[in-house]
Amino acid sequence: MYTEKVMDHFKNPRNVGEIESASGVGTVGNAKCGDIMQIFLDIDENEIIRDVKFKTFGCGAAVATSSMATEMIKGKSVDEALKITNAAVVEALEGLPPAKIHCSVLAEEAVKAAIEDYMKKRDEAK
Amino acid sequence: MKVYLDNAATTMVRKEVVDAMIPAFTTYYGNPSSLHEFAREAEQLLDSARKDVAAVINAKPDEIVFTGGGSESDNMALRGAVAANKKKGKHVITSAVEHHAVLYTLQAMEREGLIDLTILPVDEYAVVSAESVANALRDDTVLVSIMFANNEVGTINPIAEIGKVCRDKSVLFHTDAVQATGHVPIDVVEMNIDLMAISAHKFHGPKGVGALYIRKGVRIPSLIIGGGQEKKRRAGTENVPGIVGLATALKLANEHMTENAVKVGALRDKLLKGIADTIPDVKLNGHPTNRLPNNVNYSIRYIEGESILLMLDINGIAASSGSACTSGSLDPSHVLLAMGLPHEIAHGSLRLTLSEFTTEEEIDYVLDLLPQIIQRLRDMSPLYPKQK
Repeated sequence: MYTEKVMDHFKNPRNVGEIESASGVGTVGNAKCGDIMQIFLDIDENEIIRDVKFKTFGCGAAVATSSMATEMIKGKSVDEALKITNAAVVEALEGLPPAKIHCSVLAEEAVKAAIEDYMKKRDEAK
Repeated sequence: MKVYLDNAATTMVRKEVVDAMIPAFTTYYGNPSSLHEFAREAEQLLDSARKDVAAVINAKPDEIVFTGGGSESDNMALRGAVAANKKKGKHVITSAVEHHAVLYTLQAMEREGLIDLTILPVDEYAVVSAESVANALRDDTVLVSIMFANNEVGTINPIAEIGKVCRDKSVLFHTDAVQATGHVPIDVVEMNIDLMAISAHKFHGPKGVGALYIRKGVRIPSLIIGGGQEKKRRAGTENVPGIVGLATALKLANEHMTENAVKVGALRDKLLKGIADTIPDVKLNGHPTNRLPNNVNYSIRYIEGESILLMLDINGIAASSGSACTSGSLDPSHVLLAMGLPHEIAHGSLRLTLSEFTTEEEIDYVLDLLPQIIQRLRDMSPLYPKQK
């Protein structure tokens, strides 16, 4: 049911964990629906994502999409990261079953939520 | 190591069953309805199978109709009983934890305007009480359908008590005994059962064949229309090899029932205890004692069922989360929700179902691996409290 790429990211998820005093944290989904994704960003003064970590409660696709999304935004600028769509995450994973597409949407939303959190903190600091 | 712990989904066909089926494919292959020696030989196989199946549940051979499986048997019983009792009324009682073959059929019939449906709640162990059935009965109740044992959590219902309540009020009682047949003793007379669905592949028989017990005197129309097979109760050329397989498997399961319950029950208990001892924050689902001897079902907090299944599968262990159908959809199990579990805990259920072919080495392997898998997933979960 899952591609090899999905299974690889499920078996060996990249960037699992948390970042203490992160520049931005995004949490999306809810336990009732069976998926929660949390993304932690460490963003430098040039607005480059220096480090990213995630924690996910959910199915294999939820873990794999979070892992892939963190890989895709690591080292990118905040603007570039905001442009990453769920379709790009699915493509990078070489496909997802139709019932699991919502996991990729959640991954995109988690990235966006973390960046929004960063921007809010940044603007408040000004 | 490959470990199969999904025996509630389906079982391995035992060798004796395959051996018994082969002549029905290659030697006695006549159509039982034809008029020649080949047909008579096939018919004899059917007769003998019918006798064997009837004997196991204390029925008469004429009361057994062979079908294409448990779901067909359920559909036939429900639609047939309602159609045959139109004059009396159209109220039907069932429970919230039934298999979808019963629940979805009745809900479809309700939408079609054929019935008024009462869905009884269950207690925290998924038990349907005879009292709740008695209280729900009305003058226009024509049918009660309550499962013998639950496919997800293994809880066994008080079938004899429910049967008595129904018989006293002359209401037909159907039970989906797909998970129970061949695993626990069933006596259709003593338990006042009118209709009962059986599926061969749940007790080491082949897939695609089942039976419906129809008590003598209960008349229900055929679901499959066509030829006059099965005394005009189920059209279609009989699946003779499958039926021989069903009967052989059931006879063997019945002969070994007591010793298997002890043997499988001991391994089940080891697994139950092992999980409770080594993994914190787990909750046993289903009745602690009154459950099928092969069923283990735990909710494992802070993680989701599918990821547990994938991790187990990577390590050669076949298990399920809720029912196999449930893990294919996104909603948590309707059984666990009806038992009062919150959604997030229902999402994290793990069902391990053993068979008489399960070995102690296999259970040890699972007990060795499972705590590591659970910890790994919990470390990844935002719900898992850090201090733990």
